[in-house]
Amino acid sequence: MLDSLATSMHRKPRLRLAALLTAPVLWLVVAYLGALATLLVTAFFTIDSFTGNVVKKFNLENFYDMFTDAAYKNVVLRTLGIAISVTVICSIMAIPMAFYMAKIAKPKSQKLLVALVLTPLWASYLVKIYAWRTMLEPNTGVVDWLLGSLGIHSPGFGGPAIIIGLSYLWLPYMILPIFAGLERLPNNLLDASGDLGAHNFYTFRKIILPLIFPSLVAGSMFTFSLSLGDYITAQILGGKLQMLGSVVYQNFSINLPFAATISMIPVTIMAIYLYLVRRTGALASM
Amino acid sequence: MQKKRLFSRIAVASVAALILAGCSSGSDSASEGGLPDIEMMQELGAGEGQVNVVAWAGYVENGSTDPAVDWVTGFEAETGCKVNVKNGTSSDDMVALMKTGEYDVVSASGDASLRLIYGGDVAPINTNLTPNYADVFENLKMQQWNSVDGVAYGVPHGRGANLLAYRTDIVKPAPTSWGSVFDADSPYKGTITAYDSAIYIADAALYLMATQPELGITYPYALDQAQFDAAIALLEVQKPLIGEYWGDYLKHVASLKSGGSVLGTTWQININLAKGEKTPVEGIKPIEGSTGWSDTWMVSSTAKNPNCAYMWINHIASPEANAGVAEWFGEAPSNAKSCALTADPNHCTTFHAADDAYWEDVYYWNTATEACLDGRTDVKCVPYSEWVKAWSSLRNS
Repeated sequence: MLDSLATSMHRKPRLRLAALLTAPVLWLVVAYLGALATLLVTAFFTIDSFTGNVVKKFNLENFYDMFTDAAYKNVVLRTLGIAISVTVICSIMAIPMAFYMAKIAKPKSQKLLVALVLTPLWASYLVKIYAWRTMLEPNTGVVDWLLGSLGIHSPGFGGPAIIIGLSYLWLPYMILPIFAGLERLPNNLLDASGDLGAHNFYTFRKIILPLIFPSLVAGSMFTFSLSLGDYITAQILGGKLQMLGSVVYQNFSINLPFAATISMIPVTIMAIYLYLVRRTGALASM
Repeated sequence: MQKKRLFSRIAVASVAALILAGCSSGSDSASEGGLPDIEMMQELGAGEGQVNVVAWAGYVENGSTDPAVDWVTGFEAETGCKVNVKNGTSSDDMVALMKTGEYDVVSASGDASLRLIYGGDVAPINTNLTPNYADVFENLKMQQWNSVDGVAYGVPHGRGANLLAYRTDIVKPAPTSWGSVFDADSPYKGTITAYDSAIYIADAALYLMATQPELGITYPYALDQAQFDAAIALLEVQKPLIGEYWGDYLKHVASLKSGGSVLGTTWQININLAKGEKTPVEGIKPIEGSTGWSDTWMVSSTAKNPNCAYMWINHIASPEANAGVAEWFGEAPSNAKSCALTADPNHCTTFHAADDAYWEDVYYWNTATEACLDGRTDVKCVPYSEWVKAWSSLRNS
């Protein structure tokens, strides 16, 4: 029985392919693209002003509100600023760290370092963010106490606190791809560069950076997109500051169509970002 | 290539089919303006074994917060209905939860109840099946927010005022007016807090009602455009003073404790919880009066466990349970017989359960509609959906 099934499968490659791909394609189309399409359609609906029920009639009111109200322009710019800062901070911290792990550390400590970079990912997101909340607490937090000896105060809750929290959360996602990229980089390229008289920084700029650029882009896609959609960190560390995710969170229970409209913004930003990344050719060499 | 094109065609076709399916289903939400016709339950049957409850934090306590605070375990043992509770963070949240159809019962405030009734999300209640309804204070029954055209939609739960919380060790002298949270030169700038919901616009309107009589506000949920703009302008003035807006009551209690928030609007239960953690904090009803709530237990129109739902509502309105909630949450009970059962014999006096004069300047949360709720017919009022937009805009600017 099984034998005959195997034989018929072997003879009909199309059937084989279909059997293999049906489940993943269904998942991709129904759960993934389907959800995205529903989101897009919902963005054009509206709600009954009294009962809050969704009225399924096509109109552009949500988009009109989004583009005319300056508040939403501000929140988009603020969120972009935060996502870019987080990405830049993560890159600046990740490159030396990954370089040490890949090129300088002994094999034994290298494994330990990789494990150490991964361990924060085992703890719950909320625990980590609430820990930062306690540390950044104005006047009573440990950060305030540390900085107090220098005569400065803790930034308290707000934009800087969100950037600190998100940079901490997403740092491993930046370190790991760069580490992988640096591991593939042959040591003799660095030696050759040194032999030809290049300074360390020149070697970094002309040899290392171009070669690990695809890894950097891979890491930035994580840090950037994860920051762009975040609302929990903003809620806990942001004080009264809101990010795009907060707007969606705030509206989805009251005005689902408007929340859908707002959530088209990060989708669009990411689409543009991925398009630019593709133009650089970084995706092909990943 | 041929295959690739075939695949993308299939993908496009299935997405299109999905969208069409999404559009065609659920065209039953029509009920534009009218009252949906929903049958009330006629006879109580056997319990279904569970009941899913949407409630304000502190309304359904099974001893897990404080072992001494428990009016759920006994009910579960007696009826066999296991109580699954989901705490709502705001009225908007509760309305959204009830629209999912997964819950049987809700403790709705006045700014949610009418939306639920007209949205067809709750059913009229048969008060013959909830004998404890008879003991509810008469002036809580058949009010604007819990009945329509003489049909009751729920059993009153209790009422309270939103209070002004302040840290007694930091805020000196003690505040007496809401003005302290709207004062642009406040010494407590950066540590003032406010409730994070569009309904908070009414708090600004209430303050304007007392301080700027020329605006002509008589009811904080009936604001014409000029009055509404004035309230928003006041909230814009307040925004730089705010450290955090609060939606999550536990985070709010933590902020009161840490000193991140020292002054601002709160509920009595937050004061009680903060005091329980040795925080020096007090809550008062300021001289301008206050916004407040009068909650109603309602049954979902799509309840999967209607019998347990009715049993729960009858239980929570019983003198014992009602006294327990009222005392734990810090509110006035709805059942007149509760007053004899509270652990603190003065509870009903402290919370003015039967003191009608106290409630005269407490404006229970209500849903603003285009037809002004204060009876004016010469102007249109700003409906609640616009409140939500304005609040979202204020918070994100």
